[in-house]
Amino acid sequence: MNKIKKTKKNYNSNGRTYKPEKKSEKHMKDPIISVRDVWKTYYLGENVLNVLKGVSLDIFPGEFVSIIGPSGSGKSTMMNMVGVLDIPTKGKVLLKGKDIAQYSESGLAQLRGKSIGFIFQQFNLIPTLTALENVIFPTIFQGVPEKERTKRAKKLLEIVGLSDRMRHKPNELSGGQQQRVAIARALINNPEIILADEPTGNLDSISGKQVMDLLSRLHREEKKTIVLVTHDIELVKYSSRKVYIKDGIIQKITHNHHG
Amino acid sequence: MIKDYFQLPWREIKRRKLRSWLTLLGVIIGIAAVVSLITLGQGLQNAIEKQFSALGEDKLFITAKGSALTPGLSTDAVKIRDKDVKVVGRVSDVRKTAGMIFTTARIEFNDNVRYFVVSGMPTDPEERALLGEAQSYKIESGRSLEKSDRFKVVVGFEYTQKGLFGRAVELGDSLLILNQEFKVVGILERIGSPPDDQSLLIPFDTFGDVFGTGDEVGLIVAQVQPGEDTSAVGDEITKELRKSRGLKEGEEDFSVQTPEQLSAAFTTILDIVQVVLVGIAAISLLVGGVGIMNTMYTAVLQRTKEIGVMKALGAKNSHVLTLFVVESGFYGLGGGLIGVILGIGFAKLVGIIFVAVVGPAFLSVEVNYSLVVGTLIFSFVIGCLSGLAPARRASQLNPVQSLRYE
Repeated sequence: MNKIKKTKKNYNSNGRTYKPEKKSEKHMKDPIISVRDVWKTYYLGENVLNVLKGVSLDIFPGEFVSIIGPSGSGKSTMMNMVGVLDIPTKGKVLLKGKDIAQYSESGLAQLRGKSIGFIFQQFNLIPTLTALENVIFPTIFQGVPEKERTKRAKKLLEIVGLSDRMRHKPNELSGGQQQRVAIARALINNPEIILADEPTGNLDSISGKQVMDLLSRLHREEKKTIVLVTHDIELVKYSSRKVYIKDGIIQKITHNHHG
Repeated sequence: MIKDYFQLPWREIKRRKLRSWLTLLGVIIGIAAVVSLITLGQGLQNAIEKQFSALGEDKLFITAKGSALTPGLSTDAVKIRDKDVKVVGRVSDVRKTAGMIFTTARIEFNDNVRYFVVSGMPTDPEERALLGEAQSYKIESGRSLEKSDRFKVVVGFEYTQKGLFGRAVELGDSLLILNQEFKVVGILERIGSPPDDQSLLIPFDTFGDVFGTGDEVGLIVAQVQPGEDTSAVGDEITKELRKSRGLKEGEEDFSVQTPEQLSAAFTTILDIVQVVLVGIAAISLLVGGVGIMNTMYTAVLQRTKEIGVMKALGAKNSHVLTLFVVESGFYGLGGGLIGVILGIGFAKLVGIIFVAVVGPAFLSVEVNYSLVVGTLIFSFVIGCLSGLAPARRASQLNPVQSLRYE
């Protein structure tokens, strides 16, 4: 993380001036998620904590974007914004052109379930459910017919290479296997965006690589938009664009043309 | 889809077995207490109703007012006498009448003194049959009272046991009733209720002499003609008695009751006792509900992160609410199910012991299926209600903060 260069200070130097990101020729489409001059402020007693200080970022369909920053940089809060888990104190977050501020809490939940697949550092599988049931779990809230969802879940488990582990509970699976179940779960509602928060953080290097290869494949073959949030500079080589964030401000954005 | 909302909560309950059992325990005790008390109370009512219906639908009971539940010697001035029996007998549609009287008296036998109820019975076999039918007296050995009998007594089953006087009473023995010697001429069959099995039956006229009651009657039983409406005949009797006693309507110092009315008087009292007891038992159910609430609050705390994950995966507040309410409902239902089984089992056991020790006349325990179903629904609702507040808290958790919760 010490590789982060504090160049390009012109990005949000005072945290207010928003310069629309120049669309590269590669992304002439409309952004799928647009974060516009977003501030997030927490009030802890008398202290006012600005976690995000006027952040702007467009993420286009089919992109593999990494958001990189040390802990406390605001990257988790950034992830919450991108994943419509939280609403900004100031500024706008647009998902497919619609301001998320228009949605009710339930509306946001519905939107998340349909459009965004989450992958967490700690896998966060439901411990009482089998691998298959965990994959099916998000469909409960979307009302997918039983036959269809089971078929889809089995296929996804096949894709992540866990067909033989369907009936196992999370505590009977290795970390790498759990994370692959989580990836299958993230895909079950066929979302446009996969949001991975430190997906290899709890894995050994071999399992970590398997997971990253899987994400990479989803990006290449399934044309999924992938947003990776990490502090691990090693992982960003998979992504096409890297967003460096520190102290609540985007420090720089670099493109990776082979990604 | 609905299945999903039952599967997940059920798995959660299974996951923490010890805690689940402890939570269930509170509900189990409450439900078992309520169910066993209701079942026993109903058993008591069943038995009483059976006894009263055994009296026969065609009979009317006439007593002095204020002594409906304990006919016998009325201490106040109001008395029913032999002439009233005749008045009742003259009412058309009354087929037959019989009068009797009873009181508690000092009984001496085998140098032991105890107090029992002594009944003055008619010596006319037909009249006695009317009363005997009503009281289900049957002779086991010896004979019934006869017209010429004076100081003769027919004793209940319990006198043949050693327990009462230290020695079994046998035919031909002599008892002292109010210091007057009576010879035992007959023994009754076992009836199953202690007051009946402790009967001492003596001739009506002898009763009047010994106790100084003359022709006073404690209870008149009137049998109506077959096919006649019992309560209509009852009204007629009331009218005639009023006339002969010179009373205005509404001033009756006597009461005419059907077996139904008699049993209603008993069951009303039983109902009140039962409501009080069940109310007390319901307090333990309340404690059970608080136990569920406590468990659910703990569960919400422990699963905060899981709730965050659910919300990230698209669960609406209402989804989370439903899952937690169903989970606590399961605690209620599970506790209810086990509680019902234990409660009925306990009531049955008490019933069996009671019948073995005392006799079948007072308790007839039966499983009431609407009580079972009602209790199960009720316990599920109690569970859901107890879980409502914790579930609301769960549903309103902020997804970001919950996800960060360790």
